[in-house]
Amino acid sequence: MDQFIINLIFVGGSFALYIGIAIWARAGTTSDFYAASRGVNPVVNGAATAADWMSAASFISMAGLIAAVGYGNSTFLMGWTGGYVLLAMLLAPYLRKFGRFTVPDFIGDRFYSQTARVVAVISLLVMSITYVIGQMTGAGVAFSRFLEVDNTTGLFIASGVVFCYAVLGGMKGITYTQLAQYCVLIVAYTIPAVFISLQLTGNPIPQLGLFSTHTGSGEPLLQTLNSVLMDLGFNDYTGNHGSTFNMVLFTMSLMIGTAGLPHVIIRFFTVPRVADARTSAGWALVFIALLYTVAPAVGAMARLNIITTLWPQGIEGEPLAFENKPDWMLNWERTGLLRFEDKNGDGLIQYYNEANPPARAIEEGWEGNEMVLFNNDILVLANPEIAQLPGWVIGLIAAGGLAAALSTAAGLLLAISSAISHDLIKSVINPAISEKGELLAARISMAFAIALATYLGLNPPGFAAQVVALAFGLAAASLFPAIMMGIFSKKMNSTGAIVGMLVGLLSTVLYIFTYLGWFFIPGTNMLPNTQDNWILGISPLSFGTVGAILNFAAAYITLALTKEAPAEIQELVESIRVPKGAGAAVDH
Amino acid sequence: MSDKSTDAYWKANVRIITISMVIWALVSFGFGIVFRPLLAGIPVGGTDLGFWFAQQGSILTFIVLIFFYRSYMNKLDKEFGVEE
Repeated sequence: MDQFIINLIFVGGSFALYIGIAIWARAGTTSDFYAASRGVNPVVNGAATAADWMSAASFISMAGLIAAVGYGNSTFLMGWTGGYVLLAMLLAPYLRKFGRFTVPDFIGDRFYSQTARVVAVISLLVMSITYVIGQMTGAGVAFSRFLEVDNTTGLFIASGVVFCYAVLGGMKGITYTQLAQYCVLIVAYTIPAVFISLQLTGNPIPQLGLFSTHTGSGEPLLQTLNSVLMDLGFNDYTGNHGSTFNMVLFTMSLMIGTAGLPHVIIRFFTVPRVADARTSAGWALVFIALLYTVAPAVGAMARLNIITTLWPQGIEGEPLAFENKPDWMLNWERTGLLRFEDKNGDGLIQYYNEANPPARAIEEGWEGNEMVLFNNDILVLANPEIAQLPGWVIGLIAAGGLAAALSTAAGLLLAISSAISHDLIKSVINPAISEKGELLAARISMAFAIALATYLGLNPPGFAAQVVALAFGLAAASLFPAIMMGIFSKKMNSTGAIVGMLVGLLSTVLYIFTYLGWFFIPGTNMLPNTQDNWILGISPLSFGTVGAILNFAAAYITLALTKEAPAEIQELVESIRVPKGAGAAVDH
Repeated sequence: MSDKSTDAYWKANVRIITISMVIWALVSFGFGIVFRPLLAGIPVGGTDLGFWFAQQGSILTFIVLIFFYRSYMNKLDKEFGVEE
């Protein structure tokens, strides 16, 4: 059967499933819409959280990032999972006990201040909108490669599907669709990895295969990879080639950023009890770990496979000829994400590190690396083709990539629409709005958010990649410290929290803009973005940790100079700290 | 429930969180990054223990930590009579 038809069956089938679930799980009340009436089983919620969290970045980009650098990019693995420990112990149970619908709801009530609420809404909107752009462009890439439709058509189809289940079902529809999407994406990610691990090491479990013997060379897989990389002039895979200090800071920023992302936090409002919030965080991490422990194996094995494809007879033999390029290379060249150039005109592809050329390159007078572009995002999507797996596995990967992008987009859209309808319209602009009116407002803001996301997906700002760093930096520096102090520091008052959030927010934005340009416009950066120019050697991407520390410090200094929180707020905090008395949906 | 036992419950909670956070930091920032050179002598499948912790071990420990915290707190909730 034609590959295009297979892809169409897998993608079309999964989309039909999502729409079916949406019709089954229609939302009738605001509690349905914002928090699925707090009736979601903690294990189901764990899987939904995992799908919500694992975005196009986790599914499509992460293994490629690890493959490109090796050990140094373990930061993503530890950072994006370690945040769940923080969520389970420091935030989720208490926020569930508090029993409201959104993150600004908590901040506004706990710090008894509309200003605090509005600052939280602004942080949330900036984070979530930037994040959504990445999901829509990710969905666009998957569509244009696998369904051979152009990017625009692909995006309209994706938006239409999300519209169906997000606007109709709200959190209820999104939760059950995400459960289905989790199943699709984890199967799609694991199956090719199992095949490849078997091919390379004879061990079907990729997590073990990564540390097993490579059947081709008889040496451990990672040692084989290290030696071929070094023969080509690249850094070895398992070594540390960056700054340990920045690795620590970056990992920490990703951890506290993850814990502070509103679309992840609101998932814990959907479970019936406080104890379920803890359980649910555990299950979420189990489901996330199923992908995250496979990803480093996928990265290392794909890197080795690509090198053996380009150097079929080993580094000392003849490289792959241009005319013998496999189909996957031709397919990906058409997307512009992969490019070859025959610099020395010999019809062969010499792939090596031209900054540190091996002896053979100098002897034979090669004129530079001839795989001039390999976009990291190709790696996972092309993985089954690189390993020459059957066509249905490729169809599965297409459906999986779309599931990852769409499930995260839906979660973000819900966070955006609830911030507008609940935190701005209901809490600030028109507190007298009826339940029906608020539900309608929520649906309209959801539709508006989808339209905006589609527009931004069609006209992605050139800075989309850097903006994700900004989203994590803001979550780490503004929301996480504010929520944590709201629970763990009874006396923290509104002035302290607002000053803290603003200091964290502004310092992070300023530091990032100083090195990456004002609003990411190239050329407007005030200092070159190199390690020598960074203050104390801190990378702008790692600054979220520093922003969080500044937030805490500013808040406590302000608290020392002002009156502590009023008695009734301190009582409220005490009641949040114990599970007893958590009601069902509480509205105000 | 009296204020005194609320305080005791909260102290016990903060204590177990602190212990968990120490382990959390040790396996990721410790074994996975800062102390990796010290663990370089312990081989794991073609590389060393620090690499394994950075790409597998820390994640597995995180899962164990959350489920441990969950069952500890469920017990604590009952002990202090604050369960739902």
